[in-house]
This record gives sequence, structure tokens and C-alpha cells, in this order.
Amino acid sequence: MTPDINPFVLFFASIFTSNILLSNFLGMCSFISVSKDIKSSNGLGMAVTFVMTITTALNWIVYKYLLIPFNIEYLKYIVFIIVIAAVVQILEMIIERVSMNLYMALGIFLPLITVNCAILGVALFMQLRNYNLIQSVFFGFGSGLGWWLAIMALAAIRKKVDKAPVPAALKGPGITLIIIGFMAMAFIGFSGMLSVQ
Amino acid sequence: MSSVLIAPLVIGILSSVLAALIAVIDGIVNNYGEVNISINKGRKNVKVKGGSPLLMTLSEEGIFIPSACGGRGSCGACKVKVLSDVGPVLPTEAPLLTDEEIKSNIRLSCQIKVKSDIEIEIPEELFSARQFKTTVESIKNVTHDIKEVRFRLENPKEVEFKAGQYAQLVVPPYGKIKDITQRAYSISSAPSQKNYLEFLIRLVPGGIATTYVHQNLKEGQKFDLVGPFGEFYKRPTKADMICVAGGSGMAPLKSIIYDMYENNETDRNVWYFFGARSLKDIYYLDEFKKLEEKWPNLHFVPALSEPSEEDNWKGETGLITDVLNKYLKERIKSPNGREGYLCGSPGMINACINVMTSNEISEDKIYYDKFA
Repeated sequence: MTPDINPFVLFFASIFTSNILLSNFLGMCSFISVSKDIKSSNGLGMAVTFVMTITTALNWIVYKYLLIPFNIEYLKYIVFIIVIAAVVQILEMIIERVSMNLYMALGIFLPLITVNCAILGVALFMQLRNYNLIQSVFFGFGSGLGWWLAIMALAAIRKKVDKAPVPAALKGPGITLIIIGFMAMAFIGFSGMLSVQ
Repeated sequence: MSSVLIAPLVIGILSSVLAALIAVIDGIVNNYGEVNISINKGRKNVKVKGGSPLLMTLSEEGIFIPSACGGRGSCGACKVKVLSDVGPVLPTEAPLLTDEEIKSNIRLSCQIKVKSDIEIEIPEELFSARQFKTTVESIKNVTHDIKEVRFRLENPKEVEFKAGQYAQLVVPPYGKIKDITQRAYSISSAPSQKNYLEFLIRLVPGGIATTYVHQNLKEGQKFDLVGPFGEFYKRPTKADMICVAGGSGMAPLKSIIYDMYENNETDRNVWYFFGARSLKDIYYLDEFKKLEEKWPNLHFVPALSEPSEEDNWKGETGLITDVLNKYLKERIKSPNGREGYLCGSPGMINACINVMTSNEISEDKIYYDKFA
């Protein structure tokens, strides 16, 4: 059964209260490694949002009209990944032709997104929670923006932390994980405003 | 139908549809039409189909930029200077370029795509480097272990090179050698012979190319050469040229000396020291004696380190470095300065560089071609 949630509520919920990064901890590895640099974080966030929105919609169509009719829903993991990989490949070609500036901004992150688990995670949640197409698009777009927001926030914090006297044992990923923990708690604070999942 | 069949079928069809989609979009998106590549300020213009990396586009046009990795962006050998704007340095190029190179617009030709008309600069020598289809014209024994091999160029029919440069022999698989092997040899013919390339090849026991040339290569056979390459050539100064060679190191110096003679550059003093063990290792004696008669400023000094008694040798004896030292100290007066040109084994070259630097030839004026 499709849940009765307004797509806009879903959109804001996936940015703040159920942020894919900070409530589900998906896409952590690029989150930690890329957030060292604000410019790269921006590029990666943009690319993730872009790809997440498109692949969620495509995967919804593939799931509904290909996997369900043939009764092969258990293949969703493989099929979703194939679709994501193909979309990323096509997007890369088109962006390179249309806008060299955007292509340079996204840089090597576009191909890396193929293996970003947040993208696959959103596709799987979308299927698990029985969203319809409109809801899925808003959910995908919102999750992408949420991911972008989180990585920008972390990058900004890390820039401050660089100047702070961090204990030697916690330097680098150690302090970053602790910061992420605080961030997650702060984001959970938003759930007082609206709660979806 | 059983689900065992349906699952692979659906995945297969989905994958092929997506692959076809990628191919179609690639065809549309990467179609840049015909573009013009202007090389070295218009010295050559080529019209090509856009969309492919510069490296591949150029090699299709017969311009071979060296590349060890084959265009994967890992060796960094295929650097060229790009004068037009082809966008910022790509992340795949950045690790292989120094800051200075980035400032002077050096790019990796395997990474940048040809999308619009561009202007590039490449070293002049790469221009004439290409693959030649040849026929073996003649193979002569010049000593007991050195062969003079002459190739007639079939396609392209002519070559342009600077005397002293080298070319690579493309040795086909033979016997236990399963791969194509490329080995560099100095060209011994003068550049005026545009239809031929001649090499002096000494048999090195166990050497892949030398063994092939000495045992398998036959007159009339088809053979491939790639070239010319190299930085070993005559500098256009007035200084005395002090040339030293041993064994098949004769090749580039023979080319240089004959080239000078043919172009009437006979005002310049040329001293050519050639070292060998005994008379059976020495060759081209008559040719150089004849040349000396016509060219008074050429001095050919062959020296034997271990002449046997039946050699009846009247020339210089001793190690070539000792002979060189003696001449530089006593016989050669050089009001216009001196330049060293060396070709031979690394041991011989290093020893000669020591002798030369102790005789007022600075190291930056010594040019050499080392072969191991």
C-alpha cells in the first residue's frame, strides 16, 4: 500500500528529520573522505543530488513495470545498480558535451557515485516503503539535498576543527566521526517539527 | 517459463538496452564533426573527426607521440603543448603534470579530447617519426661480428632525419621470442639518401634483435622500422668536433661526417677517434682514408688496443682514452673551442667524458649516445 504522505512533507523530511546520511548512515565513506575540502564537497553534493533524483525515478519505473510483472523482485539489488551505473555513464557524457564548467565542478565524483551506497539505499527505501512515482521523485531529490547539506555542514565544521587543538589520537577520521555523531543528534532535533518514518 | 530462465533473460535484456542507449547517446553527444588540428604553427594541418583523445587522433594521422601505457593516463609520456583553450586541467592529468608544465599549457594528449579546432606544438622530431614499411636491400659483413644492413623504404618512400638520430627495428616474433620486439639503432646512412636507412648491427650474444638480424634476416625480406628519434646530432657551431666511437658506435658518426661532407661543411675541424681491439674489429678504413684526402680538416684516428702480430699495424695503439688524451694535449689546437661527440658502450663513454673534461671540454659541450 502506498503510504498517504504529502510529497512535500516527504521532501522536507528527507532533508532534515530522516536525512539519509545522518539517520541511516548511508554514503559515509565519501562523506568522511571528501568533506576535507569545501569545494569538493559542493561538487560531490551536487552530483549526488543530480544522480539520486534521476535514478530513483528510473528505478521506480523499472521496478514497477519490469520486476513486478516478471515476479523477480529479488533481483532489485542487481538491477538498481545496473541502472545507476548506466545513468551515471550517460549523464557524464551529456554533461561533458553541454557544460564543461559543470563537468569540471563534478570532476571525478560523477563516476564515483556509481558506488555511493546512499543512491542505492534511496532506491531500496523507495521500494520498501511503497512510495508512488511522485513521492519517490520528491524523496530522491530531498535525500540528495539532505546529503548535500550534511556534507557542506561537515566540511565547514572540519575547516574550523583544523585550527583547533585536537588530541593527537583523535586527529582526522576520529574527530570527524565524533562530529558526525553530534550532527546526527542535532538533526534528530528536527523531528519535533515533523515525523515521517 | 521457469524463473531460472526469466531472471537472466530480464537482466540480459535490460543490460543490453542500457548498453545500446549508451552507445546511441555516445554517438550523438560525441559527434563533433570535422575539426582542424594545427601543429607547430601551421607546419602541418590535419582535418580529423572530432570526439577522440588527441593521442589516438594523431596516431591515426601518422603522427606518433610516445606513450608507454597506451592512453590510459598512467605513464605521462604523451605530453604535448596545447596553444588553444581546451578547458582546465583534468583530474586525470593533474598528478602527472608539474606546476611549470601546467603554466606552459602542457597537457596529456591521451586525456584531452579533440572537440573543436585546436593548435598544438610537438617536438620537431616527432613530426617525422613514423612507421616505415621497408625491404631489406643488402646485408654485408663489415667485421666478423658487425653487419651493415640497408633497408629500402617502400611506404612511406622517403625519410627526413638529422644525421646522428636513431630508428627502431620492429623485430617480428621468432623462435622462442613470442612478442614483437622494438630495439633502437643509430642510422649510419647520410640524410641525403632519402630512400634508404642503413644500420650497423653488432652481434650481442643473447640479444633479441641482434640475433635476429644476424641469423634470420634475409635480403629481400619485408621489415618495419619506426623513427627517427633522438637528440644526438651535430650542433651548428664553429668549434672543433672531437668524435670518439667504438664498435657499432661508428654508425651515427659516419652519418654525421658524411652529411657534413655532402653539405660542404668542410671548414670545420673534425677529429674522429675509432677504438677497436685488433685489425679484425676495425672497418671502413679505406672509406675514411679516401674521405680524409678530399677533406683536409678531417682527421681519422683509428687505434687498436691489442693488435696481433700478423695485423702489421702502423697506426696508434693503446686504449682509445689514452690516445684521445695524448692528442687533446699535444696535437689538437682548437682556437674555436671544442665539442665532444661520443658513441659507444657506457664504460667507454664515461671514460672519455673524464678525459675530455680534464682537457677543457665542459660537460655541457659533450654529446653522446649511450647504448647498453
